[in-house]
Amino acid sequence: MAALIECEDVWKIYRVGDMEVQALRGLSLTIEQGEFVAIMGSSGSGKSTLMNILGCLDQPTKGRYRLNGIEAGNLKPDQLAGIRNQQIGFVFQSFNLIPRTSALENAQLPLFYRGLSLKEQRAQAAAALGRVGLQGREHHYPTQLSGGQQQRVAIARALVTSPSLLLADEPTGNLDTQSSQEIMRILETLNRDEGITIILVTHEVDVAAYAAREIVIKDGQVLSDRVTKARSTAIPVGG
Amino acid sequence: MSAFVWLTILTALRILARNRMRAGLTMLGIVIGVAAVIAMVSIGEGAKRAVQAQIATMGTNVIVIFPGVTSASGVRGSQGSAMTLTVSDALDLKKRVPLLADTGWAKRDVMQIVYGNRNWNGPINGISPSYLTIRDWSFTSGGPFTQTDLESAARVALIGQTIVGNLFEPGEEPVGAVIRIKNVPFRVIGVLAPKGQSAQGADQDDVIFIPFSTAERKVFGTSFIGSVGAMFGSTDQVEDLPMAAEQIREVLRSRHRIQTEQEDDFTIRTQVDIGKVQEGTSETLTMMLFAIASVSLLVGGIGIMNILLVSVTERTREIGVRMAVGAKRRHIVMQFLIEAMTLSLVGGALGIVLGVAGAKLTTLIAGWPTIISGNVILLAFFFSLVVGLFFGLYPANKAARLNPIEALRYE
Repeated sequence: MAALIECEDVWKIYRVGDMEVQALRGLSLTIEQGEFVAIMGSSGSGKSTLMNILGCLDQPTKGRYRLNGIEAGNLKPDQLAGIRNQQIGFVFQSFNLIPRTSALENAQLPLFYRGLSLKEQRAQAAAALGRVGLQGREHHYPTQLSGGQQQRVAIARALVTSPSLLLADEPTGNLDTQSSQEIMRILETLNRDEGITIILVTHEVDVAAYAAREIVIKDGQVLSDRVTKARSTAIPVGG
Repeated sequence: MSAFVWLTILTALRILARNRMRAGLTMLGIVIGVAAVIAMVSIGEGAKRAVQAQIATMGTNVIVIFPGVTSASGVRGSQGSAMTLTVSDALDLKKRVPLLADTGWAKRDVMQIVYGNRNWNGPINGISPSYLTIRDWSFTSGGPFTQTDLESAARVALIGQTIVGNLFEPGEEPVGAVIRIKNVPFRVIGVLAPKGQSAQGADQDDVIFIPFSTAERKVFGTSFIGSVGAMFGSTDQVEDLPMAAEQIREVLRSRHRIQTEQEDDFTIRTQVDIGKVQEGTSETLTMMLFAIASVSLLVGGIGIMNILLVSVTERTREIGVRMAVGAKRRHIVMQFLIEAMTLSLVGGALGIVLGVAGAKLTTLIAGWPTIISGNVILLAFFFSLVVGLFFGLYPANKAARLNPIEALRYE
């Protein structure tokens, strides 16, 4: 069985005026289905660029990136959008909920672009909100929810499509300690009980501690890659 | 897809409802443009219909032939000043132009009419009986005079509504009464049904008809016996009018012995010619309306485009999120196009309501006839849609071309 994520000598080069910025320099990485990985690194290390490529928001300048066996480097913008819709769930630092739109409708959003009937969209979004403990708050607006609750709506939005990969970019960056722990526990549970692959970008050690594997990026390359916890996933990983 | 479109429309409406003031101001251009067009087209149509109705009072498929002008040493008189047309011309035309269903003739002069102790100065028309049928005169009481009356120069008269109003008491029956024209007693045998104003604005009901022969011999006292003021003809089909006019011209030229290089000593006007003048006027009006509509819709459209560009900038992050969760370019394009069209259609609908109200108000206050046609409303709606589509395209494409990474990072 192929790995979920395969990065092979990935380069990302930006041109800023006359300057050439090498954000990723021949990075290689493999992540299996069901892993919970923390990616760490200082700012400017290239971890955001890596997240964008892993999330199919961006494409490598050189090298290969395969998600679930699909070569993402050659796809057109709309095809990438399709992959994001089908395979990836995003959780952002600043939640990125659509303002003045209810929790339910925010959670519905990815299904909106799948062309499901309204009834199905609502049912699935309500179920996803239930999984993150937000029953009864379906019709609350983001401004009526705490930061932790907003981030849970965002997780529900990421979960609603049953993605193979959940990408969380500093998910606790805007939250207090208690909310951070809540969010991390939800992610931990999703990984352990439902076998959802989670890649977490953070620079907080205690947040990274929830993950089972820790990859440190520096200067566009993998500095270290180690397993920090014995695997406890319900679904055994093939390989 | 339909769930997508439906939800996008709902979203667009919600956004508009949230920014009511802004949406209202944005739509104003479209509202005013559409309202102005609807109101003006309705008023224009009403005026056009009124003019057409006036032209129709001339009769059906009528040709009018006036005598030419007198010319003495190069000084020309007014239209119809010559006495070149005669009764025998009219009779001959009927024989030689088969397209003509009928011909008639008339001669008029303004004279004093007396009844009891009242008097009135009105146009006395000596006519052939056929004139009444050509010009579609009908009667509210009594009836027309006959060929026998014409031949015997009977002293009978048909009077119009204006004459009735000026000579008779309200409720008094004019038929059977004896009126005096230039001291000659005439028995009223028919009261004409009202026709209202002519296309030229003259009161067509201020009229008295008497047999042509009676007028010649007993009233006008003209030295040109047999000459007529105007001749009238009619055809069965409106399409025959130009051909009939051409044939009349040939017959009259040969009868009047006019050389090839000489001008006609008469003028022929068909109902179609008179209609054309009016059509020309309404075409000018239509062009003007089109220009006004174009400008206001253009301004309205630019307003919509402006507000959508603002909206795209304001909602950059939202667009980024939508892209991240899988919105394709067409989804983003559709979203903004639907917003643009919602704006323009709501504006168009308000404009239609306002325009119809304006037209109705014009009728109510100024008393002008207005006709609100469904076509204009449909057209206005269609144009609103096109404006929204056209001016929404650029902002929508701009939104769809955003880079999702940058959009997500946008502050």
